[in-house]
Amino acid sequence: MARSLLTKLIATAVIAVVAGCSDTDFTDAEKRTIASMSLAALAPLPSDPTNRFADDPGAAALGATLFFDTGMSRDGNVACGTCHKIDRQFQDDLPRGIGVGETNRRTMPLAGVARDPFFFWDGRRDSLWSQAMVPLENVLEHAGTRTAYAHYLKRRFGERYERIFRPLPDLSVLPASAGPYGTPTEMAAWAAMTDAQRDGVDRIFSDIGKAIAAFERSLVHGKTRFDRFAEPLAQGRTPAADDELSAEERQGLRLFIGKANCSTCHTGPRFTDNHFHNTGVPQVAGLPPDRGRIAVVGEVLADPFNCLGKFRDGGEEACGELRFMQKSSPELVRAYKTPSLRNVAGRPPYMHAGQFASLEQVVEHYASAPKSVEGETEIHPVALSEREKAALVAFLKTLSD
Amino acid sequence: MTSAWRMIVGAFGLVALAIGFLSIVFLTAPAAPGPDLARSKNSAKGLYSVAIAPEATEPKQGELHAWVVTVKTRQGAPVEGAAIAIGGGMPEHAHGLPTSPEATAYLGDGRYRIEGMKFSMTGWWQLKLGITARAGADEATFNLVL
Ligand code: HEC
Ligand code: HEC
Ligand SMILES: [Cu+2]
Repeated sequence: MARSLLTKLIATAVIAVVAGCSDTDFTDAEKRTIASMSLAALAPLPSDPTNRFADDPGAAALGATLFFDTGMSRDGNVACGTCHKIDRQFQDDLPRGIGVGETNRRTMPLAGVARDPFFFWDGRRDSLWSQAMVPLENVLEHAGTRTAYAHYLKRRFGERYERIFRPLPDLSVLPASAGPYGTPTEMAAWAAMTDAQRDGVDRIFSDIGKAIAAFERSLVHGKTRFDRFAEPLAQGRTPAADDELSAEERQGLRLFIGKANCSTCHTGPRFTDNHFHNTGVPQVAGLPPDRGRIAVVGEVLADPFNCLGKFRDGGEEACGELRFMQKSSPELVRAYKTPSLRNVAGRPPYMHAGQFASLEQVVEHYASAPKSVEGETEIHPVALSEREKAALVAFLKTLSD
Repeated sequence: MTSAWRMIVGAFGLVALAIGFLSIVFLTAPAAPGPDLARSKNSAKGLYSVAIAPEATEPKQGELHAWVVTVKTRQGAPVEGAAIAIGGGMPEHAHGLPTSPEATAYLGDGRYRIEGMKFSMTGWWQLKLGITARAGADEATFNLVL
């Protein structure tokens, strides 16, 4: 009698203890965090007052054409879509993107990109439209020049352009190829043009950027296994049996938002805080030193196509991100933009120069948290067992469909 | 049952009860008390009374927004012409603010607009205001939890 009562008491106590570390139920706080990462929690895409063609369907259609047009390059072989491949999450699976030459950085996927305040791994442009102009003139990417693009646009898409944007100026008197980043001859030809001529070409060039940006606004993330699990959970329902995550995936999720601290930076429905961090990712041997965000603060502030420049539509009140951006903090040394982790399992290699070949390597990096080659890493080592590392990887895979 | 055996079993029962009780306490205990979240206070050396309020709605993670800082003397007179330097960050993460906010306008009545604030993460943030006016230089630190 006494003994069976005691057995019951002990059993109750054991259950109470085990409940504290059970893996099946998330706490309310965890559920709130999980709900905040569900795609359903994503706010509608804000308008872009700096680009009055941002939501113009004609501009977006022209932008899509230009995005995939290899005519938009010096050698006629490179389009945005060469590196940002439509069937590959708009990236190219290579450690470093290859256009006319090989670049020093990993091609970035583009879904949801219109929501960011700064663009590129180091954030050296402050709008989607000013970003699009950079690869067009980069000698390793499209390698073309401004006047060449203006001539090409007039020849191929002149009518479409004028219907959407504005009448084209007389381009017949301008050099066939001239621009501030071309060959010495092309640079000299650009310098020899009048201010008004340069201004007219810059206007066309920025319109090309605005058309491409309008297209890129349509690139969005689709629902994944994680969302099918998180959405019912957020509404207090039990996910359908098919949508349940496995015990390992749930353990990985709990680590991601808990002990492993991943969600401090990879936060919200896009799994990014849109900010720049030094995470101690190593420099690639043989590439020139890459200092990240700190190296480009001056560049984005001086860009004639930035928000405070004359090519912006709308009022200056849209320029808060640029006006109040951090300009000199030591935290900017080797700081790179936090990438979204949606669909991450489907696009190795990882990091700003393709440093890691697999998610296992990425998790290993976070667990050991090596010193940064320059500046201080924000990552602190966490003791993760082999099972926990595997669980994190398993969770990351639920962010793909 | 021998009495020794009964005592052993009883001791086990007590231990089990204690474990059960402790685990309930542990599972239901409130989280550790957070930092002082007062939005008005005296500056560190006591030169000013300082109050902060978001200019529009409570800030959301990742959104650029503005605050209004009200600076008064300890006697309650508005302080005009103050220079306000803004700093802060996340004490638990050892990083600063993600932006560099500035005092951009004097709104009258000791009130100053601080533009360019952003909290890029959820958690405990500190906003440090360095205030320099006729009475001297002083500092006030506010805690905010997102
Ligand atoms: C040679 C391959 C290549 C081509 C061609 C190319 N890109 Fe990229 N793209 C990259 C690489 C590499 C990066 C990252 C570069 C960096 O951080 O310095 C990038 C970054 C971007 C980003 C920033 C994404 C983000 O999250 O910040 C956008 C947007 C983008 N490219 C759009 C375009 C558009 C539009 C074009 C055509 C006008 C284009 N790219 C042409 C390789 C390419
Ligand atoms: C301090 C902010 C921060 C924290 C914390 C953090 N990350 Fe990251 N994460 C970044 C940044 C920044 C990058 C890009 C770094 C680079 O390229 O140099 C990145 C890159 C990645 C990538 C590569 C994505 C890609 O497309 O290349 C993965 C995967 C990733 N993080 C997963 C995690 C996991 C898992 C954790 C937790 C163990 C974590 N991160 C914690 C900021 C953070
Ligand atoms: Cu932080």
